[in-house]
Amino acid sequence: MKILVCISHVPDTTAKIQFTANGAALDPAGVQFVINPYDEFGLTKALQLKETHGGSVTVITYGDASVEATLRKALAIGADDAVRLDGVPTDALQVASELAAHIQGAGYDLIICGQESIDYNGGIVPGALAALLDLPFVNACIGLDVTGSSANLLREIDGGKEEVAASLPLVIGGKKGLVEESELRIPNMRGIMTARTKPLAVTALTGAAAATAAVSFAKPAPKAAVQLIDPSNLDELVRRLHEEAKVI
Amino acid sequence: MVLIFAETWNGQFKKSTFEAVRYGAECAKAQGSQAIAVVVGACDPLVETLGAYGAAKVVHLKGSDRFEPHAYAGALGALAAELGATQIVVSGTANGKSLAGVLAAKANAGCISNVTALPSSYSPLTVQRSAFSSKGIEQCSSATACTVLVLVPNALGTGAAGAEQAAAEDRDVAFVGKSTPGAAQVASGKIPLPEAERVVSAGRGLKGPDNWGMVEELAAVLNAGTACSKPVSDIGWRPHSEHVGQTGIQINPQLYIAIGISGAIQHLAGVSGSKTIVVINNDPEAPFFKAADYGIVGDAFDVLPRLTAALKAHLN
Ligand SMILES: Cc1cc2nc3c(=O)[nH]c(=O)nc-3n(C[C@H](O)[C@H](O)[C@H](O)COP(=O)(O)OP(=O)(O)OC[C@H]3O[C@@H](n4cnc5c(N)ncnc54)[C@H](O)[C@@H]3O)c2cc1C
Ligand SMILES: Nc1ncnc2c1ncn2[C@@H]1O[C@H](COP(=O)(O)O)[C@@H](O)[C@H]1O
Repeated sequence: MKILVCISHVPDTTAKIQFTANGAALDPAGVQFVINPYDEFGLTKALQLKETHGGSVTVITYGDASVEATLRKALAIGADDAVRLDGVPTDALQVASELAAHIQGAGYDLIICGQESIDYNGGIVPGALAALLDLPFVNACIGLDVTGSSANLLREIDGGKEEVAASLPLVIGGKKGLVEESELRIPNMRGIMTARTKPLAVTALTGAAAATAAVSFAKPAPKAAVQLIDPSNLDELVRRLHEEAKVI
Repeated sequence: MVLIFAETWNGQFKKSTFEAVRYGAECAKAQGSQAIAVVVGACDPLVETLGAYGAAKVVHLKGSDRFEPHAYAGALGALAAELGATQIVVSGTANGKSLAGVLAAKANAGCISNVTALPSSYSPLTVQRSAFSSKGIEQCSSATACTVLVLVPNALGTGAAGAEQAAAEDRDVAFVGKSTPGAAQVASGKIPLPEAERVVSAGRGLKGPDNWGMVEELAAVLNAGTACSKPVSDIGWRPHSEHVGQTGIQINPQLYIAIGISGAIQHLAGVSGSKTIVVINNDPEAPFFKAADYGIVGDAFDVLPRLTAALKAHLN
């Protein structure tokens, strides 16, 4: 089975987000970048599928040279090779178009994306990619079994889950549940050593246009100080929730 | 015109559907155009009733009951093209999020997700969205003739329902999917978290799964959804579907009550959009107090039952 894992390179979950002076962009100073957590579940799932069914796992990111550290980490975790689409994406349709151009005709059986990236929280790339490739799409995927050329999937729906059957090739937007937290792999010394020599191809873009643009960023207004309420007087909390906050 | 995906579940409109229709109607009004809602498949209420939230017309597409992203995107995209939609409004439910990207690519439309306000401009379309897991607010613009807008459920509200009836039109269309939805399991009577107006959530401070009874009692009194921190779902005390935060579900309820949760940055990222936050923690230094509106420094095992009783007394 030939598997592609689409990885986005995002600020670590503990990162304090700052924007450049005029709010034009994210200020990357002091921010540690990591593999998007949703993609980490997908990468582990891909490695497990390869172990069961044979084949290969390729990882791909559309980004400038700064994303190579993240791709190397994916290689150290166990991916066979990596591709970097060389540029700085600004929009989901643009990312999906460039990914689709790379994937078209390359013979992948399974394209694993994350349900969303934790930076811009778009959640648009996987579905757009499936549409451009005209392949089945299962989002919020929390379970995947492959037999021959067919797949049984589980996806999260509001308040529950749903089974879905589809044939390969297929695009998923995955999340925790695809594998468990305890199954996530961390690179070991050997992985880190071999990652250095695994192929990382840098590919030119096709020039897909962006449909949307970020105009500016700001931080949410800070919260007022907490009002502490005496635990022996819970009626006071109820009163304030009713009269002040008007939420009950 | 503005097209709105009016999602149903089990033949009923979802609450988020009313919010999406209201949003679409406001967009249409601002542009001097019309809001047309699209209902797909079985629908028990009269589709005309969406007029109460501002829809001028409802197109009811017959022929499919189960959500399938390609099938729905194909049908909605064709309708949007036929009617000349300038915006397609979708609520960010599970199905809405599955649909949005597929629809955007098929309709060659820019897509703005996580929308938290009405557009500030219509040319070019510019709207506020949340980014960086609620750590940032972005103004985003779209350059395409049609734009798909995906709303954060609960962020805008439905507004008061009027008495207007929309015009209705039935259509039979072909739904062409690429996957086959099978059995669905939805816990009955549970409020889906993204839609819940109130959420009661607990963390590792509760010590074990057997202690969730008091959390559920409090939730029942408030007619609230129940949620948990990530470690609680990782250890299996609660189902994954209750995990809120940066890597879990993002919620925007009117009231969020956090019990025995420390308030790690990843947790706050998923809940900081809540209108009012109440934190109950026995550690006065817990970081969550910095993000709270009301705080109670106390032992959950002592506070919860008494809070439930006090709320019950108030609500009766
Ligand atoms: C990549 C990544 C992603 C993550 N994503 C998320 C996410 O999406 N959501 C999330 O929640 N976390 C997430 N986390 C985990 C996060 O960093 C915290 O570890 C987690 O939120 C802590 O959960 P907790 O507050 O339940 O437990 P703890 O941090 O152990 O806190 C327990 C709290 O309970 C209090 N307590 C103890 N006993 C009592 C009592 N009797 N009465 C009242 N209070 C009591 C304690 O004072 C303490 O504040 C993520 C972490 C990583 C690395
Ligand atoms: N620049 C990118 N390069 C490769 N894959 C991406 C990129 N951006 C997004 N993706 C994939 O699409 C998923 C959802 O991202 P998004 O739509 O940006 O929230 C991610 O989890 C990745 O799998």
